[in-house]
Amino acid sequence: MSDVVEKTLTALPSLLSLDSQPGSAKLSSSSKLGALIRGITELTSKHEEEKLVQHELASLKDQVSSPNISMRQMKEAMVRAIYCEMLGYEASFSYIHAIKLAQQGSILDKRVGYLAVCLFLNENHELLLLLVNTVLKDLQSTNLIEVCMALTVVSQMFPKDMIPAILPLVEEKLNHSKEIIRRKAVLALYKFYLIAPNQVQHIHNKFRKALCDKDPGVMFASLHIYLQMIKDNPEGYKDLTASFVTILKQVVSGKLPMDFNYHSVPAPWLQIQLLRILSILGKNDQMSSEIMYDVLDESLKRAEINHNITYAILYECVKCIYTIYPNSDLLEKAAKCIGNFVISSKINLKYLGLKALTFVIQQDPKLALQHQMTIIECLDHPDIIIKRETLELLFRITNAQNVTVIVEKMLEFLHQSKDDHSTIDLVGKVAEIAEKYAPENKWFIETMNTVFSLGGDMIQPDIPNSFLKLLSEGFDSEEENQKLRLFAVDSYISLLEGEIKKLPQRFLQVISWVLGEYSHLRTDLDSARVITLLAKLLDMKQMSGETKTWVLMAMTKLCSGESSISIAQSVCDDYSSSMDTVLRQRAHELQLLSQDSALRGQLLTLHSGSEPLEVDSSLSFLDAFVSEALAAGAAPYKPPHQRQEELAQEKALSLEPYELSLPINMSSSSLTGRQSPTLMSVSSGLSGDSTELSLKGNTTILKLEGVKRVWGKEGYLSRKDPLEEVIQVENPSSPSQPTGTGGTPSDTPTPSATPEPEHGKQQLASSLFIGLGSQTSVFLMGKSDPTAQRIRRKVKTPNSSMAVTERGSVSSTSSAVDNLLCNNIPESANMVQEVTYETPPPYKTELDARLNEDLIDSTPSPVQSNGVETTSDKTESEITDKPRDECSSISLPAKLSGLPHSEVTSLCSNQTVELSACHVEKHDYVLLVIFISNSSDSDMENIHLQVISEQLEVSLLCESPLQDIAKHSMAVCQYLLNVRRPVVHFEVVGMLSYQTSSENQEVEFSYKLPLTSFVRPLEVSTEQYGTMWLAFSNDTKQNLALVTDGQDPLTDTLDLLKKKLGLHVVEIIGVEGIVACRLVQDQPCLLHCRVHGRTLAVWLRSPIPELPDCLLYHCQRVLEET
Amino acid sequence: MIKAILIFNNHGKPRLSKFYEHYTEDTEQQIIRETFHLVSKRDENVCNFLEGGMLIGGSDYKLIYRHYATLYFVFCVDSSESELGILDLIQVFVETLDKCFENVCELDLIFHVDKVHNILAEMVMGGMVLETNMNEIITQVDAQNKMEKSEVSARAPARAVSAVKNMNLPEMPRNINIGDISIKVPNLPSFK
Repeated sequence: MSDVVEKTLTALPSLLSLDSQPGSAKLSSSSKLGALIRGITELTSKHEEEKLVQHELASLKDQVSSPNISMRQMKEAMVRAIYCEMLGYEASFSYIHAIKLAQQGSILDKRVGYLAVCLFLNENHELLLLLVNTVLKDLQSTNLIEVCMALTVVSQMFPKDMIPAILPLVEEKLNHSKEIIRRKAVLALYKFYLIAPNQVQHIHNKFRKALCDKDPGVMFASLHIYLQMIKDNPEGYKDLTASFVTILKQVVSGKLPMDFNYHSVPAPWLQIQLLRILSILGKNDQMSSEIMYDVLDESLKRAEINHNITYAILYECVKCIYTIYPNSDLLEKAAKCIGNFVISSKINLKYLGLKALTFVIQQDPKLALQHQMTIIECLDHPDIIIKRETLELLFRITNAQNVTVIVEKMLEFLHQSKDDHSTIDLVGKVAEIAEKYAPENKWFIETMNTVFSLGGDMIQPDIPNSFLKLLSEGFDSEEENQKLRLFAVDSYISLLEGEIKKLPQRFLQVISWVLGEYSHLRTDLDSARVITLLAKLLDMKQMSGETKTWVLMAMTKLCSGESSISIAQSVCDDYSSSMDTVLRQRAHELQLLSQDSALRGQLLTLHSGSEPLEVDSSLSFLDAFVSEALAAGAAPYKPPHQRQEELAQEKALSLEPYELSLPINMSSSSLTGRQSPTLMSVSSGLSGDSTELSLKGNTTILKLEGVKRVWGKEGYLSRKDPLEEVIQVENPSSPSQPTGTGGTPSDTPTPSATPEPEHGKQQLASSLFIGLGSQTSVFLMGKSDPTAQRIRRKVKTPNSSMAVTERGSVSSTSSAVDNLLCNNIPESANMVQEVTYETPPPYKTELDARLNEDLIDSTPSPVQSNGVETTSDKTESEITDKPRDECSSISLPAKLSGLPHSEVTSLCSNQTVELSACHVEKHDYVLLVIFISNSSDSDMENIHLQVISEQLEVSLLCESPLQDIAKHSMAVCQYLLNVRRPVVHFEVVGMLSYQTSSENQEVEFSYKLPLTSFVRPLEVSTEQYGTMWLAFSNDTKQNLALVTDGQDPLTDTLDLLKKKLGLHVVEIIGVEGIVACRLVQDQPCLLHCRVHGRTLAVWLRSPIPELPDCLLYHCQRVLEET
Repeated sequence: MIKAILIFNNHGKPRLSKFYEHYTEDTEQQIIRETFHLVSKRDENVCNFLEGGMLIGGSDYKLIYRHYATLYFVFCVDSSESELGILDLIQVFVETLDKCFENVCELDLIFHVDKVHNILAEMVMGGMVLETNMNEIITQVDAQNKMEKSEVSARAPARAVSAVKNMNLPEMPRNINIGDISIKVPNLPSFK
């Protein structure tokens, strides 16, 4: 930076002083700003600049705080303050004056005041509250400019809590006669929608009015809101699809006034916005998509003029066509369009073309094949952004056959890249595909070595973790495991013997762990040699404390034999007095264990790697110690959150009486927070926080500690699968032989006659795009994307981990076939034949055998298989056999049918399976019931249903998971839902994967349920209500509409809420009413209602921060519906 | 949504910075520095899009920029904005500045930061594109300027008006010739 400044400073004064004309002199002297700027440009160093600006700020401060400064001077001072702030110097003293200027000045001054406020403050700044009144006043002004300024400042920032104060005024502006005001009001409301959606939900129909505004500018502004709302909830706005299409049609055919043309294109930005909205509305929705086909076609045709902005429209069109329900005619045109983009000589278009290709590649790999030569050229493009985009594209088409070439290209890029952001991103990608598709051990280890050394210490921490996990857990064949580990050990030994200074910390940690664990596998390697190498690492200056810990731990595992013990001893001497406590601890451990070889042998048995370690997570062996300590008067342990809460409690003002006895059913957090520690909290501390204690624990858990550190708590469950894939590729019969065996499609599209230098590129192309063509038709039929595949891997974990325990050749071959099937899976049986045709012979036989097996499996009569299932699944899910035509009339299991429940809605369906669901409201929880009905003629096997939700805790209501469903029958799964974090609508997403006649399939679905399903009445007395009210800290207030048809509006309204939402009306006293409810798990929320004229002022309080807002939303909905 | 609009010169001196999302003062300065660093490294014949700096960062954000003579105009946007659309929006912005200042140059931006901000406010409001039509923007800005002038004359005694005007709204001397600092806007496509 400093040299840049210097350059600037040396350049500018010479420019300014070059012309000693009177004009510039006058300019500089006439204003203080001029003087300041001139002063700054004459400086020669950053330091001088700082001094000058600080001086300037000091004089500014004096000036603005003097009592007799005129508004005009103040305005001038503000501009200078703005300038200083822009240069990065804080002028906080002027903030309050900016607000004052906006408050008191004339329009001219006000504008500068508002501008300064916008630039200086943010929406959380406390001073902003002082502006609220000014904004209120200006919104009501008759002067249009003042109104405009107020709206602008509101849309830039406004304190969230104060929105209700100005909302009616802004709303009113939607009907203003001037279009510019209406337009700005719409954008201001959009801002409100972003920061507090609940506050503006009652004016949704006004947004519709804005959408139909006679001025297209206002309509354009309203599209911002609609784009956002449709993104949040596409289902809710399907009815508008036709309107958006009509608008776009009119725009495209030039119905707008000429003013809206930009380079003779009618309202291009408007078109772009509309296309984006349409693509969201048409996604996975054939009906809506069909309405759009015409106008999309028209847009494609119209956008012919050769100008930048028409390309922008085209690009959106293409993206839209590929997002919505496919139409072959349009897809063809869009593909042509993408083609034109990619081969364009305009670099921006090329970039967008590559982006579009990346976007559509999963649906249409053929397109990539068509442009493979262009893609190859882009790989060597001088523009680094184009290169990166190309690599992104290649990343999406990686498979087992082209992985080596693609990884090579990526590493090449990494070697040149200096940009941290892209390095981190790309390193992650290389690690991902290397792990997924690695053809052989050696290549994998070497690639990972490069990843670690290039990624340096910026690398995402999960990369080394999952790599170590992979090494330690291994795959099905122990022999392969050992080979991989041996490779790793060998390569690390040779690395350590070479130049070690450049190796990043993370890599050194990996190396020391691997050497510690596995160097004994190499029998001809003396452990003393390894220890010597490790000790050398410790001497390096740039080693971090953490890495040293890893090294010491590795030494602990290794030190046996005379010579290594002596090295270990000298290391211990160095570190046992280290200032770093962890390091010191490790050094002591090393010292003790290296001396006591018997203990060491007991702790660190050599071949324990594969056996699961038993962990006593409750640390029960410490119980005696703890009770002894407690008896001796020690304070009981409190978990950190409790301690924090208590600390906060002490600081906060207590608003309640001291002897407070809380109702039993209150949330446990407030209970533990307030009462003196009880035995209960002691026991929870013991069992719940084992990690804390284990840190101080004794040496028996030493090894465990190390393992834990490497892998973190959880989350690497999915890592089994890549291993299987590695194995599959390892198999001698795997299709990893170099490129062009006959039948690979990549040679077909390459042009036939080509000059010599082209040859290399073509070779590259054929190695890059190998394996794409065979899947073409498959992908066209069913969209598949890599994320889905990854999820499937995770889902499969429980099965695969089971497979590990019963290791055997049978399971490994079948999993290999499974993998083959998952990767190249065709949708229908004749496609299977195609695949078998293209895979090398050994696979063919395996696959055939597998297919035959499946045939045999599925031959038994339905009665038999049904019988089997009903017995096996009786425990957890009831299976009802039903012929296909009855499947639609799904009914709840008998014991649930009496309870309040939602209607059964269909989630999704395909040829084989139909999924539907409903939820049942029980007293203490909500039950999600999912019906899976197999409507095909074959059995579904290996069913795995995964249901998750961000805001809910989902747990399966049975012991053993669902396995199979016979043909034409149905299974029911029940899930228990509990609230983790309240929101207005909960969403549960799930995925069902299964196998029918040897095909793996999966379907995804989502299910929404409102907060109200979880609301239960909370029966409390008025006194209990009173004490609870004081105890809860999160509140919201809002005015609601009253039900006014009956005699007593308050009672009617509360009754309605009670009926619809299941609240409990505690008491009604005159114009006030108190109401209580809870979420299923005792998360209470209290409402205090008071009638104010025709509105009902509602005040909600709860210990859960989000709850009042969400509940308010539903109250509002209920009252509006009537 | 537009996250930030930055203008700086070839040496990285900020000429205008407008953030539509809240960052701390230090972060803002860092973003300006980093953005300059990223953008100034680029050749003239490469694409106008840049992905991710660490700060504004993330794969969802991108920088879209244009380089005119001595100034870089950089828009930082998220994925909900059209790349080419923003690119032309920058062109509209620069053309508008050119109209309002009659042959805009870097010094105009330095001395009339407030005016530039006002013009920008008519185009982009709270991070959303408000108006894309140059004539419309100029009409709005002019209307406000007129309003201000009339207010000035209404306040001041008639005789003093001209004096106040001279003091208060110093016209930028157009005749200073400072090398290539003038960023004469090319008559559209600067862009191949």
